[in-house]
Amino acid sequence: MAAINRDDVAHLAHLAHIEMSAEELDRMAGELAVIVESVKSVSEAAGDDVPATSHPIPLTNVFREDVVGHTFTAEQALSGAPDAYEGRFKVPAILDEG
Amino acid sequence: MSDATLSFEEAMEKYDPVLGFEVHVELNTKSKMFSSAPNVFGDEPNTNVNEVDLGMPGVLPVVNKTAIESSIKIGLALNCKIAETCRFARKNYFYPDTPKNFQTSQYDEPIAYDGYLDIELSDGTIFRVEIERAHMEEDAGKLTHMGGATGRIQGADYSLVDYNRSGVPLVEIVTKPIEGAGSRAPELAKAYVAAVREIVKNLGVSDAKMERGNVRCDANVSLRPHGRERFGIRSETKNVNSLRAVEHAVRYEIQRHAAVLDSGEPIVQETRHWHEDTRTTTSGRPKSDADDYRYFPEPDLVPIVASREWVEELRATLPEPPAARRKRLQADWGYSDLEFRDVVNAGVMDEIEETIAAGATATVARKWWMGEIVGRAKNADVDPGQLGVAPATIVELNTMVEDGKINNKMATEVLDGVLAGEGTPEEIVAKRGLAVVSDDGPLLEAIDTALAAQPGVADKIRGGKLQAIGAIVGSVMKATRGQADAGRVKELILERLGVEG
Repeated sequence: MAAINRDDVAHLAHLAHIEMSAEELDRMAGELAVIVESVKSVSEAAGDDVPATSHPIPLTNVFREDVVGHTFTAEQALSGAPDAYEGRFKVPAILDEG
Repeated sequence: MSDATLSFEEAMEKYDPVLGFEVHVELNTKSKMFSSAPNVFGDEPNTNVNEVDLGMPGVLPVVNKTAIESSIKIGLALNCKIAETCRFARKNYFYPDTPKNFQTSQYDEPIAYDGYLDIELSDGTIFRVEIERAHMEEDAGKLTHMGGATGRIQGADYSLVDYNRSGVPLVEIVTKPIEGAGSRAPELAKAYVAAVREIVKNLGVSDAKMERGNVRCDANVSLRPHGRERFGIRSETKNVNSLRAVEHAVRYEIQRHAAVLDSGEPIVQETRHWHEDTRTTTSGRPKSDADDYRYFPEPDLVPIVASREWVEELRATLPEPPAARRKRLQADWGYSDLEFRDVVNAGVMDEIEETIAAGATATVARKWWMGEIVGRAKNADVDPGQLGVAPATIVELNTMVEDGKINNKMATEVLDGVLAGEGTPEEIVAKRGLAVVSDDGPLLEAIDTALAAQPGVADKIRGGKLQAIGAIVGSVMKATRGQADAGRVKELILERLGVEG
């Protein structure tokens, strides 16, 4: 696992829409580096013959039959929305995406 | 501001196009991919949603088994391998079309991969398109941009979001780079999307209505100088949502790329938006570090294991592939290539098949659908199958003609009567008094009158000039106001004159 530096933290903060001050970036870079370093020790314990585990429980094919269940009304759906208009969520225009 | 373009011919002289397609297919399951909310188009906004679709904290998605089976069927129909094990992944991004801030998709383990589709071009050429992968994901909500000029995002004041579409099962089919199409690239693009649409419709796994967004195409185009192996930089034209638009968008992007390359500028790798009104594309957004989606395995959904038994069970349910079916039907019916292509283009292949199944010959079925019904449907601006002619009606009309009860001209009148809702062919014949005069008495009377009136013609016929008989038949038909059976009239005239027919 690659080490994590201040630029990585700044990039992730940007992607995650988290505003961070210069001091916070410095501090987080240090803390995350420690975490990454700690996790690294797991890779050392697992040999090449151990595949990466994404799901720790050996469970597969948990399915639901294709049957229609419950829904919200539009009022319920919108009840927690900061703003709404004619049954729809109202959000600021986002210009840098298409 | 519109971009410079070269003529298509000049672009083709200088450059070799490479294509790639991402086609999104919405599955027609009853419920959504990960929630039990209904998968229904066109309902009131935000009524086909529950806590899973709205990404509320603490909810647990559960996979729709039918959606998995439909995805496997699509993979099989695209000649793909089906992954023994695969999993879902989170694609992280911030945009209000997903309330979760990620889309549940597949990343490194698609359910189907390494397939191909043989595409038949209009002249019968077969072009193989390699399929890279088909993976499962969920659709996003629908944004409507308000304010600003034209409902486009540029200049919008705010956006309204409807999450009814959020969580609708999608299968995204991704091709490998398509090389060697040359000047047929636009045609191939259209034919490829049409073939995918036909396949998913035939499988019954999607409603496949492009106008409703059930099948959506992103078209990648790049150019390279002839003879160069390395690909050029590509553009990706998003959401080209009709077959004609796919063809036009690919053609336009080829012409635009050629002009950019000719000017010595580099192509910008970016998404482009297609505009049907001007048949051009405009710049969307360039690729940026915001495209770092930080995929990781979806922790809330366990892996999918497609046992070989399950895959084979599903394979056994696959209908005959559309291309194979067309080939079989053409051979069965004995139509020429041109006749068959006309039938397919007129959209009456299924109708003709049903009419033949109802008892008509292939020739009779084609005569009625192509000769009578297609034109009437065009005038009424509906699909021929929607005009309201049942296969049984055609068989009934044809039987009446063959039995000599009515002639062809009357039969078309009866057809109009059926379409006007006047009743069954039998009832219309009675109501309109259309029955052919089959009693020989009145016919003989009319024949004698006609022969007497045209003695010269009668002599000619007696002398063996049988083609002269038309004049007498015409007189008889006129005298009986078209209600005689012309064949019977002919027989009687010859009999009367003692001539062998």
